Formats: sequence, C-alpha cells, structure tokens
Amino acid sequence: MTLQQELAVSPSAKLAVKGVSKAFRTGGELVQALDRVTLNVNEGEFVCLVGPSGCGKSTLLNIIAGLESPDEGTVQTDGVPIRGPGRDRMVMFQDAALFPWLDVFSNVMFGLKLKPGLSNSEREEVARYYLKLVGLDSFHRANLHELSGGMKQRAALARAMAPNPRILLMDEPFAALDALTREQLYGDLQRIWQERRKTIIFVTHNVREAVCLGDRVVLFSTHPGRIREEFKIALPRPRDINSVDLAEHATEIMQSLKGHLRESEVHE
Amino acid sequence: MKRVLTAVIFFAVLLAAWQIVVAARIWSPVLLPGPASVGRFLWAYTFSPGTDEVPNPNRWQLFFAIGITMKRLGLGYLIGLAAGLPLGMITARFRWAQDTLGVLALGLQGLPSVCWVPLSLLWFGQSETAMLFVVVMGTLWSVVLATESGVRNVNPIYVRAARTMGSRWLHTWLKVIMPASLPFIVSGMKQGWAFAWRSLMAAEIFVTILTGFGLGQLLHYGRELNAMDQVIGVMVVIVFIGLLADKVLFSPWERFMHRRWGTSK
Repeated sequence: MTLQQELAVSPSAKLAVKGVSKAFRTGGELVQALDRVTLNVNEGEFVCLVGPSGCGKSTLLNIIAGLESPDEGTVQTDGVPIRGPGRDRMVMFQDAALFPWLDVFSNVMFGLKLKPGLSNSEREEVARYYLKLVGLDSFHRANLHELSGGMKQRAALARAMAPNPRILLMDEPFAALDALTREQLYGDLQRIWQERRKTIIFVTHNVREAVCLGDRVVLFSTHPGRIREEFKIALPRPRDINSVDLAEHATEIMQSLKGHLRESEVHE
Repeated sequence: MKRVLTAVIFFAVLLAAWQIVVAARIWSPVLLPGPASVGRFLWAYTFSPGTDEVPNPNRWQLFFAIGITMKRLGLGYLIGLAAGLPLGMITARFRWAQDTLGVLALGLQGLPSVCWVPLSLLWFGQSETAMLFVVVMGTLWSVVLATESGVRNVNPIYVRAARTMGSRWLHTWLKVIMPASLPFIVSGMKQGWAFAWRSLMAAEIFVTILTGFGLGQLLHYGRELNAMDQVIGVMVVIVFIGLLADKVLFSPWERFMHRRWGTSK
C-alpha cells in the first residue's frame, strides 16, 4: 500500500450521540455529569464543545472515545454502536500524554505498529508524513523533555492522526500553552484539518478558541451537564483569532454562556 | 578527562596516606600491612606462576573464588528478578494481593537478609541451595516493592492513550506499564543487588561449603590464618566488584533514563 492509498482510505465518519447520561459519585454525592445529551456530527465537521469546567464535556469525549461507558444512551459512528476504544477514534489529551521513554518518532509509531495491514517501511513512511505535516520533520529523534509545550502538542497531534482515525477527539489540547504558541497552533490545526478533513470533536472552555476553530460551537451547561445552545460559525477560513468578526461571534456566545451560568445559580 | 584525573589523584593520595601510616609503624604490620604486601597477596592469588622448584599453589585462586561467588549471586539474582517482577505487578494490580503479598514483602524487606542464613542452613544444609536461597530472599522483596510502586505510579493517562491506539493486556503491560515504571524498577533492581551481595558475603563467611570456596570464604580463611594482607586484599576485590557491577549493570540504564526522561544533570 502506498502512502497515498493509506491516506485515502478511512474517510471521516458521522457521529451520533443519542440520549447519553452519566453520573459520578464524588465524595458520597451523586453528580450528574451528563443528562440525556444528544448530538449529531457530520462527516468532516469540526465541532467545539464549550462550557464551564465540570459540565461533563470531557466525560462526553471519553465516552465517544470508548474509555468510559454511558449509564444510558448510545454512541454510533456511521450507524455502528461503539464498544470500547478503537482506532477509528483517536484522542489527543490535554497534557499530550506522549510516552517519555520513547523519542518523538517512536511515539508516532506506537499506534501505527498496532495497526494491521501495513509493512514496517510503510508505517515509517506514514509517521514521517505526519511529522512533516505538523512541522516536526527535524525532530524525529528528539526526546520529549527537549520539546517545548507547543512542540509536544504537535507531536501528540501527529501521533493521534497517524493511524488515520475517522474521528479525532481533542480534549483541551492547547489549554496549557502560552498565547503566542496557541495562535500558531490554531493556524496549523485549521490547515491540517482542511488537508485531512477529519471529523473533529474539540473540547475547550475558551470561547474564542472554539469560534476560531469550529464549524459549530455547542454550549454546555453544568449540573447536570446538558447541551444548552448551538451556534453555527460561518466565518471564512483560515480564521484569525484576533479578527473583529470572530470577536463579535465570541462575545455573543459568551453572553449566552453567562446567562446560562446565572440561570443555573438561581436554580441551585 | 578532568574527572578521571581527579579520581586518579584522589586514590593515589589515599594509597600514599596508607603507606605513610604503615611506615610510621604506629600499629604492628601484622594488623596493618602496607599496600605493597596486599599487592603481593593479590599477585600470588592471581597470575604469579611461582618458581620452577615451587610452583605457586595459589595461582588463579582468586579468580576461582570470584567465579564461584558470581555464579551464586548471578543465579540467585536472576531468580529473584524473575519472581519479583511479576509478583510486584500482581501486588500493584489487585487489592487482595496488596493486602497480603504486599504486606509480606514490606515486612520481609525490612528483615536484614543475613537473618535468612540460619534458617537456610537448617533447611538446606551446607549446600549451594542454602546459598541460593539467601541470595533470592535478599533480592526478591526489594524487587517486588519497587515494581509495585513503579506500576502504581504510572500515570493512568499513558494507559488510556495506549488503549485508544489499540493496545490491550499483554501489549499494554510490556510496552507501556513496564517502560513507564522503569525508573522505579531499576532502583529496585539496584537495591535488590546490594542486598543479595551483602547477604551472600555474610553467608559465605559463616558457612563453609565444600562445593566451592567463594570470596567470603577466602576472607574468612584470611582471618583464621591471621593473614591481614589476605583480608584486606579480598575486601578490595569485593569493593571493586561492587563498583564494576554498578557501572556495567546499572549505569547504562540510568544513563538511558537521564537522557530520555531528562532527569538530573
């Protein structure tokens, strides 16, 4: 299989979350992290989940990843219910979660080696392709502690994309980075997404970030975690996080988010 | 290069100081032989061919002793590792094992491993098995405890990340949990080695075993014969082996970890 063939297979998938509920017991108290959440995501769509911390958006991501199972409801990719983690849904975690005992290249190879149907030289070719895509071509043999925070997240992105998943799940991947690095990564992620057209679910608590990246911004409320509102973002790409149009959208969503927060305070 | 030079000068000064104290004749040369006489002992027990009329009866003796001791140590150490690693993983993974095996390991690790010598002798007699048992007991518990805490300290996000990439069971253990706990495991292996080495020396000094005279026995006979040059000579060899083991067995791992994890320096 050539690199081009490998990249062409496994097109992005449609995702259907139906009536998903999940409760946790923390300190003897039952917390409803997710309450009958329903969400449909189209092939190749970039959806941002936004909400205050504790609204269950990360829990939803973990359920889609198959790392946790819902108390109620189902998650389907292209009509097939998910059972546990799978290569068709890769996750990019907040603190990179790269393996410190491997160098950058071997980290990207980790998932590829577990993917059947490729020869080792093909796997290496794929790894080189993605490392180039994220701009790390000259850091194959670098150790992780030698990378900056932004470079680590680039490596994590390469690792998550390398097995060619149909859906990419991103859990606040840029939250720990400085503003300048983040801006760079917004640009890169948009470019990469336009090139590879994965379905992306992106969790963040940063409204501007969500508006900058997403086709759609889904607003969560907390206690219980529910979807409150959705916003289509029709701005042209590539988007600049500092543009006035983007700021206007973000302000509108922010107002609405604050409204929901006040509401939930009144209820409690 | 500068570091090597510093070390060489340090040990040269140490030797000189030793020689000066001996030359001052504060203590009897029987109690404190000079570096030269210790050197003569080492020569006589290694390469010295003796004369044509009287060939050296002790030629190669030191190497034989080292060989026997290292065989006992190596075998016992490997058994201790082979048993300790899986037991440590089980202890880390299952609550029931933590409450039983974990407590046992903690207790027995606190027991100075030389305390196993009397029991081992009564069980196995004056045999190689007795020696082996002491070494295994010295190694095992340190390795169990280090592996346990290593596995327990693996960041769960590594396992989650690996699972999303399709890693399961044995693959996760071998490719994620084991390497992630490597820093702990290596320090446990090091401690296990130190305990095994100490307990084996104690056992060899206590017990004469006819199947082979190890370094401990050589040391013991030095005392019996009032041969202080032999006592000190064997001690020097024991120290040297300890240093060598550290450099050969553990330093490569530690260097790898420093490089990868970016710890220290």
